Amino acid sequence: MRFRISLLSLALCVAAPLAAAPPIVIRNANVLTVTKGSFQGSVVIQDGKIVEAGPNVLVPQGATVIDANGMYLMPGIIDCHSHIAIDAINESSVSVSSMVSIEDVLNPDAISIYRALAGGVTTANILHGSANAIGGKCSVIKMRWGKRASELLFQGAKPGIKFALGENPKRRGSAPPGVQGTPNLRYPATRMGVEDVIRQAFTEARIYQAEWREYYRKVEKNEQAIPPRRDLKLEPLVEVLEGKRLVHAHCYRADEILMLLRIADEYGFKIKTLQHVLEGYKVAKEIAAHGAGASTFSDWWSYKVEAYDAIPYNAAIMVRKGVLVSLNSDSAELMRHLNTEAAKTMKYGGLSETEALSLITINPAKQLEIDHLVGSIEPGKQADLVLYDKHPLSNYAKVQKVLIDGEIYFDRDKDLSERPAKEARKKMLLEREKQRQAEQAKNAPSGRQQ
Amino acid sequence: MRVVSLLILISLPLLAGNDDSFLIRNASIHPVSGPDITNGSVLVVNGKIADVGPKVAAPKGVRVIEGRGLHVYPGMIDSATQLGISEISSVRETNDIGEIGKFNPQLRASIAVNADSEHIPVTRVNGITSAIVLPGTSGSGGRSPAAYVQGQASLIRLDGWTWEEMEVLRSAALQLRLPSLAPAGPSPTTGAGKPARTSLGEARRRVEAEKRDIADFFEQARRYQKAKAEGEPGLKPDLRLEAMIPVLEGKVPVLIQAEREKAIREAIEFADKQKIRLILANVREPGAAVEEIRKRGIPVILGPTLELPLDEDDPYDSAFTLAGELHRAGVKFAFGSFENQFARNLPYQAANAVAFGLPYDAALRAVTLTAAEIWGVADRIGSIDKGKIADLVVTDGDLLETKTQVKHLFISGKAVSLETRHTRLYQRYLNRP
Repeated sequence: MRFRISLLSLALCVAAPLAAAPPIVIRNANVLTVTKGSFQGSVVIQDGKIVEAGPNVLVPQGATVIDANGMYLMPGIIDCHSHIAIDAINESSVSVSSMVSIEDVLNPDAISIYRALAGGVTTANILHGSANAIGGKCSVIKMRWGKRASELLFQGAKPGIKFALGENPKRRGSAPPGVQGTPNLRYPATRMGVEDVIRQAFTEARIYQAEWREYYRKVEKNEQAIPPRRDLKLEPLVEVLEGKRLVHAHCYRADEILMLLRIADEYGFKIKTLQHVLEGYKVAKEIAAHGAGASTFSDWWSYKVEAYDAIPYNAAIMVRKGVLVSLNSDSAELMRHLNTEAAKTMKYGGLSETEALSLITINPAKQLEIDHLVGSIEPGKQADLVLYDKHPLSNYAKVQKVLIDGEIYFDRDKDLSERPAKEARKKMLLEREKQRQAEQAKNAPSGRQQ
Repeated sequence: MRVVSLLILISLPLLAGNDDSFLIRNASIHPVSGPDITNGSVLVVNGKIADVGPKVAAPKGVRVIEGRGLHVYPGMIDSATQLGISEISSVRETNDIGEIGKFNPQLRASIAVNADSEHIPVTRVNGITSAIVLPGTSGSGGRSPAAYVQGQASLIRLDGWTWEEMEVLRSAALQLRLPSLAPAGPSPTTGAGKPARTSLGEARRRVEAEKRDIADFFEQARRYQKAKAEGEPGLKPDLRLEAMIPVLEGKVPVLIQAEREKAIREAIEFADKQKIRLILANVREPGAAVEEIRKRGIPVILGPTLELPLDEDDPYDSAFTLAGELHRAGVKFAFGSFENQFARNLPYQAANAVAFGLPYDAALRAVTLTAAEIWGVADRIGSIDKGKIADLVVTDGDLLETKTQVKHLFISGKAVSLETRHTRLYQRYLNRP
């Protein structure tokens, strides 16, 4: 049956070489749509998008059929906080580094991309580190392993920027233990100073914004006008003020969370997500009222003072109090099993299966404002899908296949079958290097003259 | 059987009031040492397992715990933690992990265990009832740059008013670090940042010198042992060398962390030379050394399975599949979490190994009975068998699955509260108006 279909598709390809790739049908799957319930059936993919999903679908002519054999199909996992695939993390010389950009340091060769894929992740928000109160511009990428840096970028994702509160941005304000004197201390050293840095930056941004508005007003009226000097640090902050750039703010303690929400209220912008937000459960009411999302860890705690009140019930409390919550990894390792991280919210706080899966799919999609494109299995959305051999909320589940834009980017069977050849090639290269060194030694002048 | 019944009859009047005597009935029992009992009972008398089976004669007046729909497992053992000796890993004052000095065999982890550490309840409510406490492991506060003999690891039960009540084995193993080309720990001069850089030649000379230091120390200990045995007149007690005697006698094993094949082979060679009993820990990429480990019957404490591969060109799942590979090779292993904050995830580490090829029974055994065997306490804990200490976990599902809830927890037969710092904060803020 399948053989016949592939022959047919081959024939079609030959007949119309310019036609797009054949449609793909994943059938006989336990489909977890996340937003529209679950069913046993099929998903039809055409031109990289989901065109149909249901218990009974019409198999388009020439379709490539993947039989899921009762395995579990869910939307690709979205990680709202990651630092993989970049060559630099922190520009920690200044407290406001909004002029720097992740896009400039993306590294498509990072093996962490492939490993994330093998853990079912299809999209991630790549952020700067947390050394600065206002960090750099972030990039949302798809794990298109094998493609160029520019092709990793998620087309249509709104730009973002990283903020950071608490212990990390104030770290450079005091000398590390064991170091004498006060070498290269950087303001701020306290949470008070962190607030001041952010307030100061937005005060400047407002002035800058007003200067440009004034300039455009004059231009419109054909008055003589000199454009203000461009400020690459303030431009992204103006975009924040104008709702064109999303703020993703690293934070831990309830006090600093509240502080940032109040600055945003005062300056008239929104915090899109609070990242880590380990004490979010203490101010869930205030977070929900502001409309900020929360992207947290499942169960990290006690690694520093500001993480000592972290509880694994954080996500569940915030969900119950009306906050849009996601789970993130912040780690190239943890990124590989966000599915079982989501299962922890069932254990700690009693979320339902669908609620748990939402935390790693549709909710982070909403937080990145890409939920119209990805985050669930619905017709019209991009075909970013993960196939697990068991229910993804079970610790015994393994990722079998991962599709991005309808293209298979990870296939466990293929990975396994290619290992011997890769091993042989590695051996050959090592052998060649050994020979080269031996050759070099032989040709080198023996012993020292004199 | 008769003896047990008699014992029960004698203790009958006491049972009603005793909180460490009870019967769990109609539950799925997973003894680990033998096949599962789908509908069975466990009788605990005075903190010990008095009977287990499909039918257990329940003495009158005994407290009954209805187990319908529930599962009973032996308490799990985490074979590598810093529980009680590290509270907040980044805060020096809360860490008692790494001492100053190169040779500290006399240090004992258990006596520094803070019985009120918040980590202890947090860890045990996930079904972990005992843990090895390791001194001097690198990272998270263990800042001593170059300790070789780091101290004695202790086995503790995760309940008790004092460390003394928690102590199961004061000296479960001696932790030793062998020199490697990569310098350990932060710079010895500033105590902060990255270690000082040296050339390969310098590093090789350093390693040779360090190896001689260690061999010298063992030689000193041996002479001391001999002098003591021969009753040498005027021999002054030396606490360091004294602590080495049980190690030299093979009574206390030596635990060496060795990730790769080369380090593993060096550890084995060292153990052979010094004729000491070896436990390998934090094994990550044993390569062809697996055969050597199996042949010599060296037990292995595996680090978390949820780890990145050591090298870029390793298969993505190399850490996931390691436990299964060791099992198939016939190596005896247990799991350790090596980090307090994730100690509660021990069962999930085991489960992940199951997903990638470790048989389920072997995974469950690795976090219970095999661990008990490795630490020499299988006569007391690690399985649900008559006469063993009643460290029991009662759950609503598979112990190794994340979404499973622990319903009851017993340590030495005593019901332990499921309340933790985390549940207290949860209740408080869930109910915030």
